[in-house]
Amino acid sequence: MINASLKQLSQALAAKQISSVELTQLFLDRIARLNPTLNAFVTVDAEKSLNSARAADARIAAGNAGLLTGIPIAQKDIFCAEGWRTTCGSKMLANFVSPYDATVILKMESEAGLVSLGKTNMDEFAMGSSNETSFFGPVRNPWDSERVPGGSSGGSAAAVAARMAPAATGTDTGGSIRQPAALCNLTGLKPTYGVVSRYGMIAFASSLDQAGPMAASAEDCALLLNSMAGFDERDSTSLERPREDYSRDLEKPLAGLRIGLPREFFGEGCDAAVMAAVRAAIAEYEKLGATTVEVSLPNSHLSVPAYYVIAPAEASSNLSRFDGVRYGFRAEDYGNLDDMYMKSRAQGFGAEVKRRIMIGAYVLSHGYYDAYYLQAQRIRRLIANDFVEAFKSCDVIMGPTSPSTAFKLGEKAADPVQMYLSDIYTIAVNLAGLPGMSVPCGFVGGLPVGLQLVGNYFAEAQLLNVAHRYQQATDWHQRRPAGLV
Amino acid sequence: MIPYNAFHFKTLCAAIKSLAAMSLTLEQVQRIAHLARIEVSESEALSTQTHLNGIFELIEQMQAVDTSGVEPMAHAQDLSQRLRADVVSEVDGRAAFLAIAPESEAGLFLVPKVIE
Repeated sequence: MINASLKQLSQALAAKQISSVELTQLFLDRIARLNPTLNAFVTVDAEKSLNSARAADARIAAGNAGLLTGIPIAQKDIFCAEGWRTTCGSKMLANFVSPYDATVILKMESEAGLVSLGKTNMDEFAMGSSNETSFFGPVRNPWDSERVPGGSSGGSAAAVAARMAPAATGTDTGGSIRQPAALCNLTGLKPTYGVVSRYGMIAFASSLDQAGPMAASAEDCALLLNSMAGFDERDSTSLERPREDYSRDLEKPLAGLRIGLPREFFGEGCDAAVMAAVRAAIAEYEKLGATTVEVSLPNSHLSVPAYYVIAPAEASSNLSRFDGVRYGFRAEDYGNLDDMYMKSRAQGFGAEVKRRIMIGAYVLSHGYYDAYYLQAQRIRRLIANDFVEAFKSCDVIMGPTSPSTAFKLGEKAADPVQMYLSDIYTIAVNLAGLPGMSVPCGFVGGLPVGLQLVGNYFAEAQLLNVAHRYQQATDWHQRRPAGLV
Repeated sequence: MIPYNAFHFKTLCAAIKSLAAMSLTLEQVQRIAHLARIEVSESEALSTQTHLNGIFELIEQMQAVDTSGVEPMAHAQDLSQRLRADVVSEVDGRAAFLAIAPESEAGLFLVPKVIE
């Protein structure tokens, strides 16, 4: 059961081979055993989880269960969940119990009947690529506990990789689903911007943030996305589109698929062994009937600089709400109101979050707005246009997800710029608002490598198809880390 | 400070480029910290300055690109804001929201005295 797919779990629940309560307990026991080492969960509430499982069992018994009803799942601690402590990895929210549910939580738990196993660790306010900026300490990679799981959805990645949960949610502002999925041997999908509601998902950079599934396979991701996606009037940027079944094209043959290989993703800057694994995956696709074509994303080298203007600018605005007045942390000693703000924010935020707020405040300030913020937005347009041009000659773009395998804890923590460059292949996709995936495609020195797939707008079903067919032909995604009992 | 209105965009870019070489002073770091309402102690200011300057060095790569005539892109989807009817749609959550406040009294959030 620990390694079962969501479809298998669904069948077992429907056939009454196991109850949701038993299944939930199985994973809660595994969390109790493994979490002290891996630190993937920041909040577990067994009683709450078991209550949801009982409700799911009642739905199954009454015959009104959905496909995912009763299946346990881990939720990234960026989603507000009523009655659950919701920390976003920050001291600022260390004691914040949410008074309401995010739309993702409502849809997955109340509507689909998924059972929350708890809230997963993450980089503070999703700002990081290693999970080392969390107030609750770093998460360890189940493949090598001396290494990072990636970030910011590092807790979700480690939880699923160690099978403490069958699947998890993540969010991706610059690579935060895809990069940890790559580093932990998972399949992760960042949908087109606007497909999944951002309501109740604590905001980092609102024009880039998008939630998506992290799981063992493309099939699992498709089923989860079905439960997450959909128009939400509470999110002003949610897209009004007809409902889709994201699993509808999973089995489509890949004959004739045109794969675009951006020359900028296959040059300098990527570990040679990682690149070899990516090239081997592309050769496998050719065996499946796909053809390759070289494309170009000539402005992609500007994506990291432009992102580190746009994302901090939006963050400085979004995080101004944490002022010690209405909720969250307030400093013990302070003088006047301004002093209360300054001390509460100084003590409540970690170093990386403070840096990004300050960068944002600076690039938006009088005299610098045009040169930094508007210039970054113009470059964003150039980057998005590059993709439009590339998709004229291909159906899907492929390349590495991350330039290296999982790095050691502490290796990049002291140098923000080195850390930022670990998202060099993922950030452009967020700036353009396109859907992207990471799919397991091999190992280097016992550590997983991810293949990145980028689709055109709203091509989630196609991306999942492309990933699924590869997973029918290979077994990388079925490999599990050793030594976790 | 560069007077914002007095410069053409390209002139401004050139000015920023020359600024980049100077990098942020400790005084500027303190000014930014104040804009962001984050207290930065003297001992933190030095490492903050080093890190911010490293990040701005990365960001400065943007200035080499000629973007004249390119429309700034604020958003992935070019949509106009949705409108809705001006009616009450949310339930009253006052008690729940006040319960999680650091300090409240008589249905109000408490902060230090603003007007003497």
